[in-house]
Amino acid sequence: MIEFKNVSKWYGDFQVLSDCTTRVDKGEVVVVCGPSGSGKSTLIKCANGLEPFQKGELLFNGVSVGDPQTDLPRLRSQIGMVFQHFELFPHLSVMQNLTLGQIKVLERSQEEADQKAMALLDRVGLRSQAEKFPGQLSGGQQQRVAIARALCMDPVAMLFDEPTSALDPEMVNEVLDVMVALAKEGMTMMVVTHEMGFARKVSDRVIFMDAGKIVEDCSKDEFFGAPRSPRAQEFLSKILSH
Amino acid sequence: MGYDFDFDVIQRSWVYLFRDGMTFTVTLTLLSMLGGVVLGTALALMRLSSHRVLNGFAGAYVNLMRSLPLVLVIFWFYFLVPYIGGWLSGSNQPMKVGAFASALITFTMFEAAFYCEIMRAGIQSIPKGQVSAGYAIGLKYRQTMSYIVLPQAFRNMLPVLLTQTIILFQDTSLVYVISSTNFLGAAAKVANRDHRLVEMYTFAALIYFIICFAASMYVRRLQARISIIR
Repeated sequence: MIEFKNVSKWYGDFQVLSDCTTRVDKGEVVVVCGPSGSGKSTLIKCANGLEPFQKGELLFNGVSVGDPQTDLPRLRSQIGMVFQHFELFPHLSVMQNLTLGQIKVLERSQEEADQKAMALLDRVGLRSQAEKFPGQLSGGQQQRVAIARALCMDPVAMLFDEPTSALDPEMVNEVLDVMVALAKEGMTMMVVTHEMGFARKVSDRVIFMDAGKIVEDCSKDEFFGAPRSPRAQEFLSKILSH
Repeated sequence: MGYDFDFDVIQRSWVYLFRDGMTFTVTLTLLSMLGGVVLGTALALMRLSSHRVLNGFAGAYVNLMRSLPLVLVIFWFYFLVPYIGGWLSGSNQPMKVGAFASALITFTMFEAAFYCEIMRAGIQSIPKGQVSAGYAIGLKYRQTMSYIVLPQAFRNMLPVLLTQTIILFQDTSLVYVISSTNFLGAAAKVANRDHRLVEMYTFAALIYFIICFAASMYVRRLQARISIIR
């Protein structure tokens, strides 16, 4: 469904991604991990064209993301994205956050959009917060609203860019629970995260990145069993030591 | 040596002062603000775009307007606008443009440069992630700007925009150079006619002070009320 073929990206002279080749198949949950600055967020943002890249090819459902002819807004409306800092629209109520895209992009009617929004708020356990503004919610609640906002668009795949790393520890699980449920329903997911528990529980594959390169790309069991590269071993021992 | 104050002149002339003068001043201020904010926002978007030509044009425009004295621009446009109007409508004759229309065009274009800088700061104050989030749900550039970035930028900058408008309100008094009857102009006419210069100018100063002071108090209260909870 998402295919990276030798994707490379530079910020000026600095190469952030070099020759990244991997794929996420339909129904697969792929976790991307690695030390900070290794390019994992950049990689995931390339997938829906939020970050341009200079070399290589990236296909989403056969459509080339890097092609200037591609209708990016249309493509993006099919891919849900959840950000590290939630990025809810602070001037709009929770309900309006959930209906904006449905009405303006999918051209649903107000009633239809409201219904969908309510159903998804219910699903993330926040029905009672519909009329509040994002600033009145806790971090965990905001991130769940953000997931609901992405799901409102009926995406065929979901991208998560460190969805829990800006949260207080006690709120991490409420967000992970939603993500686990989503994974179990068969949603195609690409998740940048340090939550190894999540990776163990629901991922099919793990990608380990370091210095802009994909160092390891293997099944979950292989990765947690015996990662091949010393860099991944070191990373795992650090992150799992306590 | 004493000066014989006669404040009756105000009573005799206040209908003229307010009905003719203040109406002109307030209408000019409000319309120029409206036009200036719209044009200024467009200029701000141009200045922030990566398009070299748009960016360069907006930058040059803003720098030009901000480097010229307002009185000069008022004068200049007063003489220039009829010719441009004539040229645009394809006739050889300069177009007849009244003092009000000329002043309105001048203030809109002049203030747009200042509103542009305010809106530019406002747009830049919105985190980049907000734009990404808009794009991520499939919004186009135009939609992302009009539903997400500009409403927030506008709200954040409303106090500054209004403060600039208070300055604009005072600046409209400069239309006296094209002898149009704004509030100060009306007061000056009465002052000269009745030889009551001190009284009339004191009265005009007092009115300007009351309006501007009340407006800035209002802006201060508004600031506390409208801020977006984050």
